[in-house]
Amino acid sequence: MSTTTTYRTCPRSGLQFEANAEKLMLANAVAAVVFLLIGGILAVGVTLTRWPAIHWLQADTFYQVLTAHGIDMLIFWIIFFEIAVLYFCSSTLLRCRLATPRLAWLAFALMVIGAVTNNVAVYQGGSSVMMTSYVPMMAAPSFYLGLILFAVGALIGCFIFFGTLVIAKRDKTYTGSVPLVTFGAVTAAIIAVFTIASGAIILIPTFLLSVGVIDKVDPLMYRQMWWAFGHSSQQINVAAHISVWYAVAAIAFGATPMSERVSRGAFLLYILFLQLASAHHLLADPGLSTGWKVVNTSYFMYFAVLASMIHGLTIPGAIEVAQRKKGLTKGLFEWLRKAPWGNPVFSGVFISIIGFGFLGGISGVMMGTEQLNMLIHNTVYVPGHFHATVVVGTTLTFMALTYFLIPVLFRREMIAPGLARWQPYLFGLSMYFFCLVMMGAGTLGVSRRHWDMAFSGHALAYEWPGVAYLMMGLVGIAGIAAIVGGAIYIYVTVGSLLWGKRLDEGAKSAQFTPIPRTAPSAAVQSYGSMGFAAPGTFSLAMVFLVAFVLYYFINWKYLSQLWGLS
Amino acid sequence: MSAILPPAERLWWKHPLDRVEGTWIAIALIWCLIMFFMMVGWHIYGKQNLSTETYKTTPEKFSAHAQAMVDQYTVRTETADKTPVVAPPAGSDIYMIARLWSFWPILELEKDKTYRLHLTSMDYNHGFSLQPANINIQVVPGYEHVVTVTPNQSGTYSVVCNEYCGINHHTMVGRIYVK
Repeated sequence: MSTTTTYRTCPRSGLQFEANAEKLMLANAVAAVVFLLIGGILAVGVTLTRWPAIHWLQADTFYQVLTAHGIDMLIFWIIFFEIAVLYFCSSTLLRCRLATPRLAWLAFALMVIGAVTNNVAVYQGGSSVMMTSYVPMMAAPSFYLGLILFAVGALIGCFIFFGTLVIAKRDKTYTGSVPLVTFGAVTAAIIAVFTIASGAIILIPTFLLSVGVIDKVDPLMYRQMWWAFGHSSQQINVAAHISVWYAVAAIAFGATPMSERVSRGAFLLYILFLQLASAHHLLADPGLSTGWKVVNTSYFMYFAVLASMIHGLTIPGAIEVAQRKKGLTKGLFEWLRKAPWGNPVFSGVFISIIGFGFLGGISGVMMGTEQLNMLIHNTVYVPGHFHATVVVGTTLTFMALTYFLIPVLFRREMIAPGLARWQPYLFGLSMYFFCLVMMGAGTLGVSRRHWDMAFSGHALAYEWPGVAYLMMGLVGIAGIAAIVGGAIYIYVTVGSLLWGKRLDEGAKSAQFTPIPRTAPSAAVQSYGSMGFAAPGTFSLAMVFLVAFVLYYFINWKYLSQLWGLS
Repeated sequence: MSAILPPAERLWWKHPLDRVEGTWIAIALIWCLIMFFMMVGWHIYGKQNLSTETYKTTPEKFSAHAQAMVDQYTVRTETADKTPVVAPPAGSDIYMIARLWSFWPILELEKDKTYRLHLTSMDYNHGFSLQPANINIQVVPGYEHVVTVTPNQSGTYSVVCNEYCGINHHTMVGRIYVK
């Protein structure tokens, strides 16, 4: 399908936006923010109910709200935003037209219809089955149908992304290889195709079960296939937000990757090994062999963890090298002290990197260690972990990216820049604390997805230690602080879109301007100290490693004191 | 050459890596291998490994086994529902049924003795969360999971359901005594 279109060069960023792609990015980003808003309102109900002193909602409402919160945040908010990111990384970064824009609108429509259908099913009350919807517990048919429609739409979005890469190659809008950020987006899109295919394999039979066409879906098979969808969808996030980290390092600092080979190699490791992590959810299950569990849960010898540890070094490392080039070479950390901490694009990403690594990364490996999983499976440690990865990691990164996109893509002056400056700190740091105390409560065994930790009136009631109640109270306080932070983000974003001063859209042309060839860079080794280009980052990485090693063996010590199990 | 532009060197896979990257990759790889072999090693030397012994079962078949154990070894009943407290001999096969919304029966075990604990669910997925020991095992309908347990401390343990199983999920709690 060939269409006439125009290309706009943004006067503020130099990025070139194709008209169709721009509208689609805008639509997908706005839909994402709407679902973030809905999910955020639902979060109030979840938080105030799990705060033991408040215990706000009734049980049935709580389970309903928790189901909707999980799906709206983990699936709809993030994937809508990711489709926008995919279009940005293909059409905008490669300066080409978007493939089949009409199909892209169809994909968008399917996603919206699916998301709304699923939400309506949950609010009607018969589908409080949690995001995981484990059979044989059944939701309304429209619950599954909504998810399937959404997934089909997202799948079309991924193929439009691949098609756009083909167009860029054919039209020769660039020479050589795609940029690193696009390479990361390719990783995310490949993982997304795997994810959505897995979702289809299990959700379609479950839908047929719900309407009575087939009479059984094996519960264990469901769990295995569902997690190939449920966990992998979060791996799309990892690949996507790490790509955004590289992009922000480039945009905010002009940083160049320390080594293209290392960073791309790490993305390649993701493509090969990240998906095995679906096994993390099945470590406490019957019926799967030890060999299967060990090989899969460790991403075949932790190669995906290796990749994450590499990105964790190379992104701050690239920033450090760029800052040192600008003369900020004093000591180990002048480059970091004098970073633009008042710019929410940078501060959001930096808070995200640190939190994702220290809180999300380390806790994820604990849970994913076959034996240690027995200490953690289905306790609130699990949501503690994934709020660190998905909220501190992905959501905060997407928030930071939005602050960059408001003037560039939305062409509006940001309203309330003072509020925006503080937002990543309020949101990010309260989420740090939220995750920490939640993992603390989980270490004491407190269950996730549980309305009443007091077991009020039950003859066999279990009494959690006082510290567990304290921790869950702190979860409530931190949760409310984070929700305020989220509300500020929504206010700034939506407010800027509605009332922000319109900005100049820049020169338009009917033709794309190819990306000029860049001059080869000097080797990075010319800066830094001790023969290291980024000694500050390296010392931070060593702090990370020490925390990781200590916490890892503390958990083994804890495990060794349990009942004998064999 | 920025991350949002095509790499200037066409052969990006020949792009040199800095010493800081090489060093970190080597350290990280070693740590990854240590973690991998720690899991394998714990299967050889560790005393807490989750059994993989599993059989297909049906609610009828499993209930019959559990009922036989209850009939033979009940020592008393507890709570208004007269939940039996069962004290089977050390080394025997013991059964715990998870169903909406209870664990049945109550077990009474001896410290430092080993039992073969059979778990299944009669209906939905449930979670076997032994507190305060904090051992968490998934209970899946249709599958009988046989876990060999050796309690190492006496006391009263609760079994909390920590897999969401419907509207009264939070009332699902059972008990194991260790003497």
